[in-house]
Amino acid sequence: MKAHLTRRYMFSASHRLHCDGLSAAENRDVYGKCNNPHGHGHNYALEVTVSGQVDAKTGMVCNLVDLDDAVRREVLERFDHVDLNQSTEFASAVPTTENLIEVIFQILKRSFRGAHLEKVRLEETAMNSFEYGGGSS
Amino acid sequence: MVYLTRRCEFSASHYYHNPEFTEEENRRVFGKCANLNGHGHNYTLEVTVKGEIDPQTGFVVDLKDLKEILNREVLDAMDHRHLNLEVPEFKDRIPTTENLAIAIWGRLERKLEVARLHRVRVYEMPDLFVDFYGEA
Repeated sequence: MKAHLTRRYMFSASHRLHCDGLSAAENRDVYGKCNNPHGHGHNYALEVTVSGQVDAKTGMVCNLVDLDDAVRREVLERFDHVDLNQSTEFASAVPTTENLIEVIFQILKRSFRGAHLEKVRLEETAMNSFEYGGGSS
Repeated sequence: MVYLTRRCEFSASHYYHNPEFTEEENRRVFGKCANLNGHGHNYTLEVTVKGEIDPQTGFVVDLKDLKEILNREVLDAMDHRHLNLEVPEFKDRIPTTENLAIAIWGRLERKLEVARLHRVRVYEMPDLFVDFYGEA
C-alpha cells in the first residue's frame, strides 16, 4: 500500500525582493513594500510530503528521524535565522517564496533518499502558501 | 465532480513494536515509540469523499449519513482505545499513522454508498500527517 506522509517544520528568515535588472522605480512598482531596502522577515512553515510503500515490518513509509535529520541539516540549518539575500542560493536569484521552494525541493531531492519526495509546500504567511513538486510545467 | 471533507477527532494510545525484531532493533527503529507501556495522541481525521451533486438535494453526500458512518466505523472503535490491544487491524500490524490511515480507509470504503472515498488524512500531531488514496 502506498501512502503519503507530510511533516511540518518552521523557520524564520529575512529577505528583500529586489531585481538588479530593474530600475529602482520598477522594483518599487513590482515588489511594493517587499522592496524596502532594509528587508523584512517571515516565519515560514515548510511541509515536506514523501510517498512510498508502507514497509510491512515497520509500518512506515520512511523513518521520521531520518527525514527530520535531513530537513534540519540541509534546510533549517541553512535558512533558519538568516538573511536569504546573503545565502549563496540567492546570489543571483530573488528570494521570493517561489524561488525558495524550488531551492528547497532540489536540496531535499539530493539529500533525502529514504522515500520519494512528492512535493514541498511553503507558507510565507498564514495568507499565502506555495507548492512545488518538481518539473517545469 | 465535487470533493467534500469532514473532520473529526479521536484520542487513542499505541506503541510500536515488531516481535520479529530484537529489543535493540525495536528501540533503534521505533525510538521512544517502542515503550511497551504505550503513549497517546489526539488524532485528527479528515475524510474526503467525491461525487456528483444530486440535483434534487444539492448534496454530494448526506453529511448526517457520513457522520454516522464515521462515528460507528471509526470513533466508536478507536476513540479512547488502545490501538494495539483493542482494534483488530493492529493485532498483527504496527499502528503507525500510515497503517492507521489504511485501516480507516478499509473501514469506510465498504460502507460508503453514494459518494466515493477520495482521501483519508490522519494527523497524529499538528506537524505530522499521512494521506492515503487507496493506492496499492
